[in-house]
Amino acid sequence: MLRALSLEPERCTGCLQCEMACSFENDGVFNPAKSRIKVFAFHEEGRFAPYTCTQCDEAWCMKACPVDAIVINAETGSKDVLDSVCVGCKVCTIACPFGTINYNSSTGKVIKCDLCGGDPHCAKACPTGAITYVDADSTGMERMRAWAQNRPEAGPNYITPVEKDIQTYQRP
Amino acid sequence: MAWAKKILRVNLSEGSVKSEPLNMEWAQQYLGQRGLASKYLVEEIDPKCDPLGPDNKLIFTTGPLTGTMASTGGRYSVVTKGPLTGAIACSNSGGYLGAELKMAGWDMIIFEGRSPEPVYLYISNDKAELMSADGIWGKSVWAADKIIRAKHQDPQIRIACVGRSAEAGCFYSAIINDLHRAAGRSGVGTVMASKNVKAVVCRGTQGVGNIKDPMAFMKATEEGKKVLRENAVTGAGLPQFGTQVLMNVINETGALPTRNMQEVQFKGASKISGEAMHEPRKSDGKPNLTTNAACFGCTIACGRISTIDKTHFSVENKPQYWGNSGGLEYEAAWALGAATGVDDLDALTYANFVCNEDGLDPITFGATVGAAMELYEKGAITKQDTGGIKFKFGKAEVLTKAVELVAAGEGFGKDLGLGSKRLCEKYGHPELSMSVKGQEFPAYDPRGIQGMGLAYATSNRGACHLRGYTVASEVLGIPEKTDPLVTEGKAGLVKAFQDATAAFDSAGICLFTSFAWSLDDVAPQIDAACEGGWSTEKLLELGERVWNMEKEFNLEAGFTKADDNLPPRLISEAAGSGPAEGKVNELDKMLPEYYAARGWDEQGVPTADTRQRLGLS
Repeated sequence: MLRALSLEPERCTGCLQCEMACSFENDGVFNPAKSRIKVFAFHEEGRFAPYTCTQCDEAWCMKACPVDAIVINAETGSKDVLDSVCVGCKVCTIACPFGTINYNSSTGKVIKCDLCGGDPHCAKACPTGAITYVDADSTGMERMRAWAQNRPEAGPNYITPVEKDIQTYQRP
Repeated sequence: MAWAKKILRVNLSEGSVKSEPLNMEWAQQYLGQRGLASKYLVEEIDPKCDPLGPDNKLIFTTGPLTGTMASTGGRYSVVTKGPLTGAIACSNSGGYLGAELKMAGWDMIIFEGRSPEPVYLYISNDKAELMSADGIWGKSVWAADKIIRAKHQDPQIRIACVGRSAEAGCFYSAIINDLHRAAGRSGVGTVMASKNVKAVVCRGTQGVGNIKDPMAFMKATEEGKKVLRENAVTGAGLPQFGTQVLMNVINETGALPTRNMQEVQFKGASKISGEAMHEPRKSDGKPNLTTNAACFGCTIACGRISTIDKTHFSVENKPQYWGNSGGLEYEAAWALGAATGVDDLDALTYANFVCNEDGLDPITFGATVGAAMELYEKGAITKQDTGGIKFKFGKAEVLTKAVELVAAGEGFGKDLGLGSKRLCEKYGHPELSMSVKGQEFPAYDPRGIQGMGLAYATSNRGACHLRGYTVASEVLGIPEKTDPLVTEGKAGLVKAFQDATAAFDSAGICLFTSFAWSLDDVAPQIDAACEGGWSTEKLLELGERVWNMEKEFNLEAGFTKADDNLPPRLISEAAGSGPAEGKVNELDKMLPEYYAARGWDEQGVPTADTRQRLGLS
């Protein structure tokens, strides 16, 4: 089964634990500035929204890359950057309509979400279930359920932590 | 180790900034944040110095867990000698600034001297510089925030700023970061403005990477989060109602100080409670509360994000207040509401917004308005003094006008900006100030919760709930239930809470985790992050060391046993209703027992044995 990240902004509290987990998994430091997933705060509206690569099937970053440094991970469907091939030209950052592939000045390469090879740490770290890793064909299921049940805006105006198994973090 | 091991020292008189290594020997004794910065302060300033003079220093400090995966690891504190009290001050704040400072590679910023011109400090990783505050001096926190963002063209900077009240010399101005998080108490913002510093602006992209054992750390922090998630207070009560979960509970306990502590229960409590914040209002069908929100790295998310009813008198024709911002927490709702007798939720929310907009401690502000109302009703102040305002209890219009005046430092706002102690002295009724060491009480009446009387009287930063929150035990039953109306055992209870709290505050995490965590939950997280063998025992000893160090600073500053006291009202006027009816606070029974438990002499001075045991030289 192909899986995808499901993002539910209405469950996000803006704690940035996803950014911390992402940067720790990828770079070994707690550093939101280098995270592949970003949470945006809309202060006046009182909203937060996590945002990251959706792994387009027809990935424009991949098509635009002049040196074929972006390849499809056959297992997860993610589009992965090969650091050994990437020349840091940044053309992919222009091609991506969503801005979710970005240049990392400390390595001279681009970085993007690679779903942590099928075990996305942002989803594990999210305390409220705003980020989940689900069947790629059913990313809208929870939202459909909410609408089917009643109007989602009539739901509770607070977000509580959700039950999770303890994850043991492992890094290669 | 999780320390950045670097301090940024800013000499404002010279206009210089320089990097220096963190004293790692001290870090082993005092850990970080409250403990370590207090150590720097007591070593570097004369306890008798003028808090608002150039000889005082102002320290922004993180802890070793700040900016890490530890839940709530986004805290910073501001440590200085407080102008409201003249005692050591340490005000703790959440939001995102603390983590950003750590990500930029700094454990602390020490401001010393006084700048000849208004400036702000801009930090971008290793680079730090003082920049002119032209264009932002004289502006509110919210206005300055916008201007600074436009100037630096970087949406990701984090800003801590003081408002107009601090510039005008209000004694209880806060430092506001991320628009609505506050290093709130004791006037730390007033000290910042006295040094001609408007803001700290920070961008950090280096991250925190020097964790002693990263895998053990991730495991320990994950286990800690599971505890928070499964706890009824941190996993359900606080996300749903915020600290406002307490309003009805404390009122029923008969410990909700009302109308300048003349009463212990407030009829309007339910109208200004956490539950009321969920009620749809008539005008637009929306509740006061839009959502809860987390500070950096927090699993609990107790923060309130609220709106004011657009049709409410306080914001008519003021669209700048129609959006969402930080809403009422319990202490603010109590001080702005019960202490003044006002039960209008929108008026309270507006006053809270203005406290954030211009950097005011809502506890001291609300309590001072309550004191002014009693002075007015007694005839000690008149309409001539107030500029024509009838300072009557329960009047929402008085509250909203008062907050505007203090925010701008205008008219009677100048008097209110003195705090209740100076205000009541000025108008001839010092006994009407509900404060200890010059700092106003928070939202727990010590006639109904006996242990809190002792906690207030002995708190090193003046009356405060965040130095020894025995409410947890006496009302909520955490870690075990004690009877709020008895004094037996409270000396030991207060000491235990004070010492543990000092350890939490020195780590870089939020005290609210202690509803679910004991130091047994915290120690493995610190120990995996930091070298030094951090056990529960070592943390408890550290907490006690910090407490005694703060106490000694205050003794050298001139405080005596006479200052470990409560206002006469609380020890002589009995509670008039509720479970505590007929009770006064019996501080005289608890204080000698407390001094003994602390290893202090009868005058409240740490003995030579105690000092030696704790390694205080």
